[in-house]
Amino acid sequence: MARTDIGKLSLILLFAPFALWIALLIILPQLGIGYISLREKVGPGEYTFGFANYIAFLSEPIYWNTLLRTAWMSILVTAMALAVGFPVAYYIAKIAHRRSRAALFLMCLIPLWVSDLVRAFGWIVILRETGLVSSFLQKIGLVSGPVELLYNDATVVMGLVYTVVLFMIVPLVSTLDGMDNSLIEAGYNLGGSRFTVFRRIVVPYAMPGIVAGCIIVFMLTAGSYLTPILLGGKNSMWFTEQIYEQFVTRYNWESGATFGVLLLVFTSFVVWLGLRLTGQSLASTVAKD
Amino acid sequence: MNVAAPQSPFLQWLYRGYMLAFLLYLAAPLFAAGMFAFNDSMFPALPWNGFTLDWFFSSTEPKIGMFHDRRLLRGLQNSLYIGVIVSALAVAAGTCNAFLFERKQFPAKNFFYILMIVPLVIPGVILGISILVFASMIANGLEEAFGIEWDFLRPGLFLVILGQFSFLTTITSLVIAARLRKFDISLEEAALNLGATRLRVLMTVTLPYLMPALFSAFVVAFLVSFENFNTTLMLVGSDAPLTITMYDRMVKVGSTPVLNAVSFFLMVGSGALALLSVVVQRGKE
Amino acid sequence: MHDLQCESLSKRFGAYTAVDSVSFDVPRGSFFSILGPSGCGKTTLMRMIAGFETPTSGDIRIKGRSVLSTPPNKRPVKMVFQHLALFPMMNVGENIAYGLRCRGENRADIARKVATVLDRVGLPGTAEKQVSQLSGGQKQRIAIARCMVLEPDVLLLDEPLGALDLKLRERMKIELKQLQHQFETTFLYITHDQSEALLMSDNVAVMNAGEFEQIGAPQDLYNNPKTGFVAGFVGDSNRWPGRALSVSDGKVRVAIDGGGEAIALAGDERIAAGGPVELFVRPEVISIGAGSENTLGGTVESLLFNGASSRILVRMANGHLVEVGQAVMDGSVSIAPGETVEIGWSRSHGRAFSVAG
Repeated sequence: MARTDIGKLSLILLFAPFALWIALLIILPQLGIGYISLREKVGPGEYTFGFANYIAFLSEPIYWNTLLRTAWMSILVTAMALAVGFPVAYYIAKIAHRRSRAALFLMCLIPLWVSDLVRAFGWIVILRETGLVSSFLQKIGLVSGPVELLYNDATVVMGLVYTVVLFMIVPLVSTLDGMDNSLIEAGYNLGGSRFTVFRRIVVPYAMPGIVAGCIIVFMLTAGSYLTPILLGGKNSMWFTEQIYEQFVTRYNWESGATFGVLLLVFTSFVVWLGLRLTGQSLASTVAKD
Repeated sequence: MNVAAPQSPFLQWLYRGYMLAFLLYLAAPLFAAGMFAFNDSMFPALPWNGFTLDWFFSSTEPKIGMFHDRRLLRGLQNSLYIGVIVSALAVAAGTCNAFLFERKQFPAKNFFYILMIVPLVIPGVILGISILVFASMIANGLEEAFGIEWDFLRPGLFLVILGQFSFLTTITSLVIAARLRKFDISLEEAALNLGATRLRVLMTVTLPYLMPALFSAFVVAFLVSFENFNTTLMLVGSDAPLTITMYDRMVKVGSTPVLNAVSFFLMVGSGALALLSVVVQRGKE
Repeated sequence: MHDLQCESLSKRFGAYTAVDSVSFDVPRGSFFSILGPSGCGKTTLMRMIAGFETPTSGDIRIKGRSVLSTPPNKRPVKMVFQHLALFPMMNVGENIAYGLRCRGENRADIARKVATVLDRVGLPGTAEKQVSQLSGGQKQRIAIARCMVLEPDVLLLDEPLGALDLKLRERMKIELKQLQHQFETTFLYITHDQSEALLMSDNVAVMNAGEFEQIGAPQDLYNNPKTGFVAGFVGDSNRWPGRALSVSDGKVRVAIDGGGEAIALAGDERIAAGGPVELFVRPEVISIGAGSENTLGGTVESLLFNGASSRILVRMANGHLVEVGQAVMDGSVSIAPGETVEIGWSRSHGRAFSVAG
C-alpha cells in the first residue's frame, strides 16, 4: 500500500545520515587505528603486520606505568568527584528552597560553559610561584619565600576534580529530583535511622545517576589532556600526552595508534565493568538527559 | 518540615558552609582568570597596579590588547566559523536521529541506539586521532591509486569540523529526542484530520514544538565546539581555533594578561549564550 | 439517508482482533454513541473512521461513498481528541483557522468564519487569546469549533469529557447536546461512561470485546437489554448467578445459587431448563416488604444515603448482598441495620440471561 511505501522511504531517509555518521566517523576510524596499530614500519613504504607495537608497549615500563598511573588517578578523581558532588547535588535537589534551587543549579553549571583551558589557566594564576596563594601566604608571614603549588599530583587531582565534578552533579540532581520525599518519610516511619535511610533508600534510588556520573567523569578524566599537562607540568605522565607525543612530536603513528587502542579498550573495559557491577545499561544511564 | 534535610541547627549550618565553600571553589579560578585582565601590569600576578582596559583595546607594544592581536582575532574567527557550521550540521543530523529513534521501528533498534551514544564515551583524543588516521588513509590511498590530491583530508578546518561533529551529534540527538518524546502525537493527528498535508504538519506543528530544543541543542553544540580542545588538537592545521591559539601562546610565550582578557571575553560570551538559551527554554514552557 | 455507514468492519493486530465485524448506520444529524469498557476496541473503530488505522476488512461509507482509499487529511470527518490536541504554539484564532488555511481559503473568508463559529460556541472575541488562558470547558468548545468551522459530514468525539472534573463534566454533557442541535451535524461519540451516552445520544451502540452487543435508543437499552453484558453495563443492576428451573411463555423460574427462587423475563432464546443463568434486577425496582410477585428474606446491613439515589444494602439468606433502591429515606420509613426484612419485586422487572459454558 502507498502509506507503507512512504513509511519505508522516510525510514531510509532518516537512517541514511545516521548510518553515514556512525560508519564514517566512528566505526571505520576506530577500525583504522586498530589496523595501524598492528602495522610495523620496516622500511620506507614497507610494512609488516603483527603485535610488535603491543609488545613494545609491554616491554617499556614507562609506557605501561603511565597507563596504570592514568588509570588509578582517574579512579581516584572519580571517587573524589562523587564524594564532593553528592552532597552538593543532594542539597540542590532535596534541601534548597524551590526558588534558590534553580539559581544554585545554574551557578553550578556556569563553569561548564567555560573552556577547560580558561579554568586551568585560572588555577595557574592562583597556584603558581607568583600566584595569589603564594603572595597571600607571604604577606601574612606564614612563609618567607615564594611557594610553588603547581606541578604535583595533589594539584592535578584537585584540578581534575574541578573540571569534572559538574558532570557528576548534573545526573545526580536529575535522579534525586525525581525521588519523592515521602520515601524518606516512610523510611523513618518504619524505624530507619539516618544512616540506614541514606544507605538503603537514597543511595539505591540515586544509583542510575551515580553510575551515569561516574562513567562520564571517568571517561573525561582518563581522556583529559589540558589539565594534567598545565597543572602537572611536563612530567605529569598522563597517557593522552603519550599519544599526542607519539603522533605529533615523533610522528610515530603506529605506536600512537597502539596507545589509542589501549586507552580505548581500557576505558571501555572500566565502563563495562561499572555497568555490569551495578546492573545498569548504557542507554539507561548516560542517555538519560 | 523537610525530612530530607539535617535536623540539628549545627549540621544545617555546617551543610550551608560546605555549599558556600564549594561555590567558592567553583568561582575561584574563573575569578582569578578574569580579574587580571584589568590589572595594569605585564604579568597576571599581584601586586595590583590599578585598573586598565589596555589588555582589551591597547594597540601599542608592549601591551597589545586582544582586539588588536592578529593571531588571537584570527583564532576567534576560526572558532566562530567552525562553531556555527558544526552546530548547524549537528542539529540537522540530531533532528534526523531524534525522529529515527522516537518515531520509527526497525530491527536491532536498541543496538543502533547504543551505537548512537557510544561517541560520548570515547575519549576525545581518540576520536581525534582515529579520524586523522582514517582521513589520511583515504587521502594516501587516493594519491597512490589515482594521483588525486584531496587536501581537505589533511589536518585543517574540514577535519576539525568532522571531528567535532562526530560527538556533538550525539549530544544534539539526545537533547532533541528528549523533547520529541514529550510531544503528544495526537497534535499531529489533529492537524492531519483538519486537512493538512504531511509536510505542512511538520512545518506548522512538529517543528515549532521542537524549536526550543533545536535552539538549545544549537547553543550547547556551539559552546562545546568553541571550548573543545582534545579532539581539535589532533586535527588542527594552520587555521587554529581560539583555544588552540591560546594554548600555543601559553606554552610558547608564557602567560600574559592578554590571555586573561581572552578568558574574560570567553566567560562573558558563553555565559551570555547559556543564559539566553535558558531564557528561551523558560519562555516557551 | 445515512451520513456514516460501517459494514462488517474488522481490525486485527497480529493474532489480536480489536474490532470484529462491526456494522452500523448513523442517520443524518443524529447523536450516536459507542459505549464500552476500556480496551473494547471503540477507539480503534473511531481511528479507522478518521483514517489513522486501515481496516483489515469491511467498508466505511460517508454519505454513501466509500472512504477507504481517502487519506486521513482528505476525509470529511473531523475529530475532537481525547485531550483535545489544541495546538499550544498557536492562539485560539489560529487554531480554528488551521483547517481553513490548509484548504487555502482567502484571509477575509477565514476571519469571518472564525468569528462566526466563535459566536456560535459562545466565545466571541476570544480569537487573540492563548490556549493556555482558557478554562477546561472553553478549551472543549474551541476544539469543537475548530472542527465545525470546516463543516464536516461527521464529527467524531473521543471521550472528550474524560479529562474534566465532575461538575464541569455534568455541565458539558448538556452543552454538547445543545451544540449538536445547533450545528445539526452528525456526532459520533465514544465513551466508557454510560451516563454520558444515555443522556446525550439518540442511539447508543454497546461494544464489548470488539463486537457490538446491542444498538438502540437509550431507553431501549436500559429497559430491554438483549444480553447479559448490556444489562450489567448500562445502569446499575443486582446480579445473581443461578440455574433455570423451567421456561415457559417467555418467563423463567430461576433457582438462585445459595437458595431462593424468582421468576423473571427470559432475556434470550438460549435459556433451557437446567442451564446456568444470570439474574439481573435493578435496585430501583426492588422494594422493602413482602407482597410482590418475587420475595426474598434478608437482614439490613447498612443504609447508604445519597439523596434521590439512596440505597439499602440487604444481606440475603442465600449470602448475596442486594442493593435496594425503592427506599424512602426521608424518615417516614424507619429501618435500622440488623433488622430482618423481606424484599420484593414484580416478575416483569427481573431478567435472566443464559451463561455460556
